[in-house]
Amino acid sequence: MALLEVRNLAIQFGGLRAVDDFELTIEKGQLYGLIGPNGAGKTTVFNLLTGEYKPTEGIIKLDGQDITGRSTVEINRAGIARTFQNIRLFKQLSVLDNVKIGLHNQYPYPTAAAIFRLPSYFKTEKAMNEKALELLKVFHLEEEADTLSSNLPYGKQRKLEIARAMATNPKLLLLDEPAAGMNPNETEELMENIAYIREHFGMTILLIEHDMKLVFGICEELTVLNFGRTLAQGETREVLANPEVIKAYLGDDED
Amino acid sequence: MKKRTLTKATKDNFATIAMIVVLYAAVTIAAQAGLINSHLGGLLVPLCVYATMAVSLNLVVGILGELSLGHAGFMCVGAFSAAFFSKVTEASMNTFPRFFLAILVGGIVAGIFGFLIGIPVLRLNGDYLAIVTLAFGEIIKNIMNVLYVGKVGNSIRFSLDSSAAMDMDEMIINGPQGITGTPYDATFTVGFIILLISVIVVLNLVNSRSGRAIMAIRDNRIAAESVGIRVTRYKMLAFTLSAVIAGCAGALYAHNLASLIATPARFGYNMSILFLVFVVLGGIGSTRGSIIAAVILTLIPEVLRFIGDYRMLIYAVIMIVMMIVNWNPKSRAFIEAHNPFRKKEKEVQ
Repeated sequence: MALLEVRNLAIQFGGLRAVDDFELTIEKGQLYGLIGPNGAGKTTVFNLLTGEYKPTEGIIKLDGQDITGRSTVEINRAGIARTFQNIRLFKQLSVLDNVKIGLHNQYPYPTAAAIFRLPSYFKTEKAMNEKALELLKVFHLEEEADTLSSNLPYGKQRKLEIARAMATNPKLLLLDEPAAGMNPNETEELMENIAYIREHFGMTILLIEHDMKLVFGICEELTVLNFGRTLAQGETREVLANPEVIKAYLGDDED
Repeated sequence: MKKRTLTKATKDNFATIAMIVVLYAAVTIAAQAGLINSHLGGLLVPLCVYATMAVSLNLVVGILGELSLGHAGFMCVGAFSAAFFSKVTEASMNTFPRFFLAILVGGIVAGIFGFLIGIPVLRLNGDYLAIVTLAFGEIIKNIMNVLYVGKVGNSIRFSLDSSAAMDMDEMIINGPQGITGTPYDATFTVGFIILLISVIVVLNLVNSRSGRAIMAIRDNRIAAESVGIRVTRYKMLAFTLSAVIAGCAGALYAHNLASLIATPARFGYNMSILFLVFVVLGGIGSTRGSIIAAVILTLIPEVLRFIGDYRMLIYAVIMIVMMIVNWNPKSRAFIEAHNPFRKKEKEVQ
């Protein structure tokens, strides 16, 4: 059974059908790419998958469970975590705290235990710290654990967002332009990080990306969106050779 | 790495608590030595009340990131419910358990009001909370001015018209005359304990899972939801706790007054704004800063009374200086670079 199954997904904003008749099947362990010119509706698809928007039509199934129309919080608990195109870190908190907030539902203890400083507070906080540092190590951020997250350089902020999303222990990770604004070295490192989390955590990943080198390098299958509609879908090599796709890209100055 | 992270927060909390204890010890010693005149001595309990209010409001404004413009309203609710409790039980209970329970009653009743207001408002985003709390503060103040509660035999009756209508044996809350003769239980020590407990509760909350969730909502609500944090629940937690603390401060305040009247000067809009000034000048989000600002801004007009009307001029200058010191990046870096204890001790003296 596929991990993510999306059937006939659509959303209407007034007269605009931002996404229409969108179909997607992602198998467990797959790295799937979602590409398309600016304004094609890629981020809208992410917002639909994570419950930020409620779909007008269609069904979203995660691991066989219908999650259509659920809230963002419930969908995250069901197992979808995401990063954001315009980075959304908890800016006034440290790098470590950002990840610990991601661990929020993994390490519960009652608020009273914190206020009265009961043993369960110390025990759980210690386990949380260890887990958070472990995740930071994956992204080579452990040296910056105490740094204010807004003081990190751009590339590291993007990585921290991935670490925070990973902390929620998702089944499916959605990455919205993870390499945007990164230099070639940082992109290279990011590709290694992504390979690492696939290998060690068996993570299934859906990513939006404009960097064709990255898409070509790591994505196994692709869906190309244009004006909210699916232009092509299938194996990366074939899709990128599709004349329709080339036309859509070359016709758009910004890409 | 891990240890450093833990001790940094612990050290900071310790500095805050140490500051309060040192302040208390200094004032107590000065009082023993006869250095505090009766006028200044009368300010000590209000000082604790205002500092506690600053801690309470900082939880909403600085840590939760929502604006409350009616915190004096919660203080008012706490004050009247605690004073009412004390009046009713005055004959039947000893001072210590009665005052303890009165503070508890003040906190709980204010907390209930905070919870009820929070239910509709905290689901929304934006300035709604500011508008609703502003209205709440004014409404509570006006209701307390027309509320008559009295005893008839052994039963308690209330009215919103006049006391005469019900022919009561003994008035407890007498409309615009408020509650008179509340036992004068509040002392500086009790105020210090309330402030200390409030600070410890808030700091322990902030350095916990729930506290991080609250700050995550402040920093980025959408991201907080995306990692599975129930936004409304944590907003409610912070707001209700803040109301409870404000209620306890109100209870303390009520037991320091011969007659408790809901005048604008005590529970009006201006008081709410004054508490907000403490929080903003103390550096939004900093519990220690809020307390320091509350102490300085409460004492300054009194200490400078001898220079007459010029004191308001100096008050304004001090506000500007505090604003610059707390918010200018360079001065902040300077303070950060030096021992945090030094700043604390300077402010205390």
